[in-house]
Amino acid sequence: MTLLIVENLNKNFGGVVAARNVSFSLVAGEILAMIGPNGAGKSTSFNMVGGQLRPDSGRVLLAGQDITGLPPRAICRLGVGRSFQVAQTFLSMSVLENLQMALIAYAGRTRDMLARSSALFRDEALGLLNQVGMAEAAARPMGALAYGDVKRVELAIALSGAPRLLLMDEPTAGMAPAERAALMRLVADIARRAAIGVLFTEHDMDAVFAHADRILVLVRGEIIAAGTPEEVRANPEVQRVYLGTSGLRAALRARAAAHG
Amino acid sequence: MSVEFSFLLVQALSGLASASSLFIIASGLTLVFGVTRIVNFAHGSFYMLGAYVAVSIVPWLLQIERSPTLFFVGVLISACVVGVLGVVMEILLLRRIYKVPELFQLLATFGVVLMVQDAVLYFWGPLDIAGPRAPGLRHGVMILDQRFPAYELFLIAAGPVVLGLLWLLMHKTRFGILLRAATRDRDMVGALGVNQALLFTGTLFLGAFLAGLGGALQIPRVSASAQMDLSIITEAFVVTVIGGMGSIGGAFLAALLIGQLQAFGVLIFPKITLVLVFLLMALVLVVKPWGLLGRPESTAGHTALPEGIMQPRGFAAAEKLLLLLAVLAAASVPIFGDTYTIKVATEVLIFALAAFSLNFLVGNGGIVSFGHAAYFGLGAYASGLLVTKLGMPMEPALIAAPLAGGFFAALFGFFIVRLQGIYLAMLTLAFAQIAYAVCFQWVEVTGGDNGIVGVWPSTWAASRSAYHYIVLVAAMAGILALRHVIYAPFGASLRAARDSAQRAEAIGIDVRTHRWLGFTIAGAAAGLAGGLYAFSKGSIDPTLLGIPLSVDFLAMILLGGMQTVMGPVLGAAAFHSIKDIFMPLTDHWRFLLGASIIALVLIFPRGLGGAYAALRARFSGGAP
Ligand SMILES: Nc1ncnc2c1ncn2[C@@H]1O[C@H](COP(=O)(O)OP(=O)(O)OP(=O)(O)O)[C@@H](O)[C@H]1O
Ligand SMILES: [Mg+2]
Repeated sequence: MTLLIVENLNKNFGGVVAARNVSFSLVAGEILAMIGPNGAGKSTSFNMVGGQLRPDSGRVLLAGQDITGLPPRAICRLGVGRSFQVAQTFLSMSVLENLQMALIAYAGRTRDMLARSSALFRDEALGLLNQVGMAEAAARPMGALAYGDVKRVELAIALSGAPRLLLMDEPTAGMAPAERAALMRLVADIARRAAIGVLFTEHDMDAVFAHADRILVLVRGEIIAAGTPEEVRANPEVQRVYLGTSGLRAALRARAAAHG
Repeated sequence: MSVEFSFLLVQALSGLASASSLFIIASGLTLVFGVTRIVNFAHGSFYMLGAYVAVSIVPWLLQIERSPTLFFVGVLISACVVGVLGVVMEILLLRRIYKVPELFQLLATFGVVLMVQDAVLYFWGPLDIAGPRAPGLRHGVMILDQRFPAYELFLIAAGPVVLGLLWLLMHKTRFGILLRAATRDRDMVGALGVNQALLFTGTLFLGAFLAGLGGALQIPRVSASAQMDLSIITEAFVVTVIGGMGSIGGAFLAALLIGQLQAFGVLIFPKITLVLVFLLMALVLVVKPWGLLGRPESTAGHTALPEGIMQPRGFAAAEKLLLLLAVLAAASVPIFGDTYTIKVATEVLIFALAAFSLNFLVGNGGIVSFGHAAYFGLGAYASGLLVTKLGMPMEPALIAAPLAGGFFAALFGFFIVRLQGIYLAMLTLAFAQIAYAVCFQWVEVTGGDNGIVGVWPSTWAASRSAYHYIVLVAAMAGILALRHVIYAPFGASLRAARDSAQRAEAIGIDVRTHRWLGFTIAGAAAGLAGGLYAFSKGSIDPTLLGIPLSVDFLAMILLGGMQTVMGPVLGAAAFHSIKDIFMPLTDHWRFLLGASIIALVLIFPRGLGGAYAALRARFSGGAP
């Protein structure tokens, strides 16, 4: 069954068209990449799926259920975990407490005024940190981590609600190239194993072409191409928009380097 | 019929006149906020200074010649003098606090308010000073069959003239264009390489000039008095918030609305015009959270470390011992102390609970309340009224106190938690002023300004010592319960929402509801403290809900350290003892308090709790 269906999403900010008739779908276990230049509308599309933004028109269906315009917390409870372009974590807490907080929320115990939060879900939290290779840093304050590590913890937070769908807005931004590859392998691994659908954006084309099952190309709010990596790579319009006449990979690499 | 109409017309005109005056003052406030992002409490002080300087200069000028020209020259000189004071404030204070959290900015500028109040008393004395009337504008003009003061007509024109001049300044001069650019995007100005310091100083001159002008223009209508500052600043806040902070056009619109609302509201609800104004504000903010013409502050991607409770630790063994000693000391005061000492100790315990409940909001939840005394006072009034009006005994009346505090916190909080940052702080202030206004104006029930006396405990609790023990138990229970909640999942959820509301929502936390619940709990605790206070003092009066008491509470948590859990208790003890020792010794207590608040913000922002934590870290972290 199709996990996510996005139909004709539109969003304008004043005069700026951030999304125009954006439509795509995604099945469980699939890894879908959304690429496009800065300001193309990638984050806007993510936020309309995750509930952070309300679309002007269009629909979002999660496993057949219309979730358009629901608040983020409701969408989260329906099984959507996400990371943000600028990582959002709880900076005043330790790494472990961040995960404990997410697990407390998942368990619906945030109004509990009796228990001691530091004693709850320790093992589960450590397990999640283990998954993303951050168990050693459990006791460190979140504010003291390098940005790449923050991104990893954010991934663990996104996974804490046992999601069916993972939205990742630039998951490897701020990481070294080797680290990026490792993180993307990890994500792909988790997605395959738990049959989680993954939608991600990335400026690092190596990561995109190595791990995505399919790719959407967004330019000025519109999807101009969609297909397998090979199809997208061969698409003349994508080549034109992205790089004029020179070789695709070299130029994409340069772009990625510029954004890294 | 025609009488009716002319009456309404005159009413509308007087509404326009107050709108004009209000706009002139509020435009300065909104300008300063737009550029510096500081909400300047001292703006009301500038207004007051404008009036005082004018009542000193203008009569002197009029002695030379009673001409309208000299009158207005005097008004302009007064405004310029105040403008220069604004520059002094920018250079000495604001410059150092552009980057600190909002709460500290509000507190520091409130420190200036306190200092100016005492300075005014020192230079001009405690009596109101009536100003001269404006030559040439002393007569009345017949409007249909009603007489209308010519000076009011002049004021009606003054507002639009100032608006026009400001528009010219903003669009035709380099300074104005930069000022607009800075209002829209502060980083851009930095990028343009403009001398930012000069721009900010210039803005403060203009802002203070406008406040001074507003004050000086009032002298034919109202006497200069030492209470002008706080009454005008709340009105000016309301105007800027309704109009949208930073928007001059919005301020004009809002001033018109409020002027008319007051002029006609007074006919329909003579007693509650103030309430009407604040209700309008609450309504506007619910529908348009950024005011009529304001633009949203972008908070996305905001990743700064919060100024508040971080990872709360449990008590170490030594700290448990300290705590035990503190409780023992509090418990033995009635054995060793005289009546007066017992009273002070009782009050310290009460304020400790109030301050702790405030820090539950500010430090733990990031909800900066500038009107926490409202819930304290409402608790006190609930207890006091039940005892004196319904003849209820103390015990049930004390139970009613937290219920009242919690009820009103839930009611006001429903609107408050919808907002963020400075808008939220302004709305807490507005609701507190509503509560204050009701207690102040509803004389039949609340006794108005004088309040109500005879709020005494039951006979078994009547002695100072017995009551001290009641307070000790109740305050400790309240503090420990709140502390427990801070360590519980609910407290952690409030911190999570404070750190990143976006992340909190994305993991399934209903941020607004949690904040609402937190606000209600804090209000209930403050209400309990208020109830305890009413019986300790034996009376209630509107100062228990006033801004000064709210600021005292904030000063307590600032002094104690709002990033620590127990700091506020220490802060309350230190603050109240210092106040108790020094206040009788000096005629300039407010000046001293204001200067201390500023000093705290500038050089000791983490308070006693922070100093203790640093010491602790040095001793435990020093060893490998
Ligand atoms: N809250 C907003 N208000 C106004 N305009 C916005 C807002 N959010 C996004 N935009 C505009 O919408 C367009 C799309 O922005 P979006 O952030 O979705 O792009 P993106 O593809 O994620 O870019 P990037 O690669 O830089 O992250 C941009 O022109 C942006 O300026
Ligand atoms: Mg983006």
